[in-house]
Amino acid sequence: MSKKATRVSFGEQLAALGETNPEIVVFDADLAKSTQSLMFGSKYPERFFEMGIQEQNMIGAAAGMATMGKKPFICSFSIFVTGRFETIRMSIAYADVPVTIVGTHCGIGIGEDGYSQMALEDISIMRSLANMTVIQPADDAETKAAVRFLAEYKHPAFLRLTRQGVEQVHGEDYTFEFGKADELKTGSDGVIFATGAVVYNALKAAEQLESEGVNLRVVNIHTIKPLDEEHIIRAAKETGFVLTIEDHSIIGGLGSAVAEVLSEHAPTPMKRIGIYDTFGESGTPNGLYEKYKLDVKGLYEQIKASVQQPAVA
Amino acid sequence: MKYSLQDLERFANEMRIDIIKMLHEAGSGHPGGSLSCIDAVTSIMYNYVGRTAQNAADPDRHRFVMSKGHGVPALYAVLARMGIVAQDELMTLRKINSRLQGHPVVTALPEVEFSTGSLGQGLSVAQGMAMAAKLDGKPLKIYCMIGDGELQEGQIWESLMSAPKFMLDNLIVLLDYNKGQIDGPTREVMDIEPVDEKLRAFNWDVQVIDGHDFKQLDEALTKAQNTGGKPHFIVAHTVKGKGVSFMEGVIDWHGKAPNDEQTVDALKELEARVNAAAEVAQ
Repeated sequence: MSKKATRVSFGEQLAALGETNPEIVVFDADLAKSTQSLMFGSKYPERFFEMGIQEQNMIGAAAGMATMGKKPFICSFSIFVTGRFETIRMSIAYADVPVTIVGTHCGIGIGEDGYSQMALEDISIMRSLANMTVIQPADDAETKAAVRFLAEYKHPAFLRLTRQGVEQVHGEDYTFEFGKADELKTGSDGVIFATGAVVYNALKAAEQLESEGVNLRVVNIHTIKPLDEEHIIRAAKETGFVLTIEDHSIIGGLGSAVAEVLSEHAPTPMKRIGIYDTFGESGTPNGLYEKYKLDVKGLYEQIKASVQQPAVA
Repeated sequence: MKYSLQDLERFANEMRIDIIKMLHEAGSGHPGGSLSCIDAVTSIMYNYVGRTAQNAADPDRHRFVMSKGHGVPALYAVLARMGIVAQDELMTLRKINSRLQGHPVVTALPEVEFSTGSLGQGLSVAQGMAMAAKLDGKPLKIYCMIGDGELQEGQIWESLMSAPKFMLDNLIVLLDYNKGQIDGPTREVMDIEPVDEKLRAFNWDVQVIDGHDFKQLDEALTKAQNTGGKPHFIVAHTVKGKGVSFMEGVIDWHGKAPNDEQTVDALKELEARVNAAAEVAQ
């Protein structure tokens, strides 16, 4: 399979689930064509609610519907919906309603629209909420499996998706295990924990380093909360060096989540790769991945530099 | 079964006593906005929501959402009078491990229907409940109480714009227009007038009433049962601190509990009113 945006995989799977699960209702805030929620909306118009550009009201209305036995998915660009943090905190997380927040167009991978539309902090803010699950799939198969899981999930969740196409790291027979780390490559010189759009790039960069004699393990973290702490601690102890890679700020994202676990349970030298406490900008997705060193070449360079000069233990 | 207007008035005045006792025991809370809304909450919960201990968990029950969460002592008092919350549990308000949190928490006490207290959010939730009832073709009514200060929140206006689009004639919003908020009179802090004209312009079915007149409350709530396609908005003019003369219309009573002496005075006045009404009834 060629490149495919995870938002498209989401739209296809949700529309398919609409047939078997009559309780699914879908909300969008004037971005249904972009988030791909319209695939569901055009098949099931009576269960699709165009809320206009009212993210807060969408959050509350979905919460109200959830109390009536419905399974709402609310969709927008990730930063527009997660930016309504306090509404999510009060009306979804604290009330513990089974609303899935679907944030598309995450990371610098959104491209030309620039920083105002870019979610670089969404994992950080959603992860801070009690009751909130955070899932970021890496490809088509994983996205579809995650959507199937979330359709039955009884608690608040945030699903983070890409605008841009991503390469496939899993086969069609992939089994998604909620809350479990997904090891893609063995290795003993260090472990890379990667999430979302950059998982494939991290894998390719690790394969290049393999040919130079650096043997890195690669683990995909699709469930960022609850984190598979046992797996992370074990991999850190077995390899002695940890890298995290994400298209997100290094503050509060996967890197922080891994560091929190390891600093308490298995202090290990580590390097967080991501967006370094800065804003994004306009450009092609590929151009931005090159500039911010999240493409295969950039990751190869960043990983190599880290492995050669690991932090002082 | 519908209660008589005399019964409702008596219930509300008896519950004003509960509210003062609860807030005094808690040592904090919001007497002004609890006393201003208790008459409307009583009318809605007894005669329109028709809540009872038996139907409190029925999926097809009518629902009441207290969007102005700081007024929740009024709702707790009603739930206690209905036997859904134990009467002595009222005295746990705002204390550690109590189900009666300072603002309603649905995970602690499901009968409050939703968690509120961060203003402006409950109306959106009530809207979603009304949308779900429509989707399922259920003849449920969703009642929502909002405050006048709360009307300053942007999210409220999102919902006010949205509910008419979805033709939510099963949504009945009551504005507890008590004219005061923490920082001062509502008209000075951020005027909401002309509120009825704004709501009519937003395509709501609007009524304006005296929110302490049980006959007007009953007539307005009855009219709001119509299914003409528009959501219903009842502007209920009320008095902050209603029923306790030294609290009435005094902004300072928005968010503080009466001390021992003030509690004695308030209870004396409220009990005298309840007793006088009982004598008239006999």
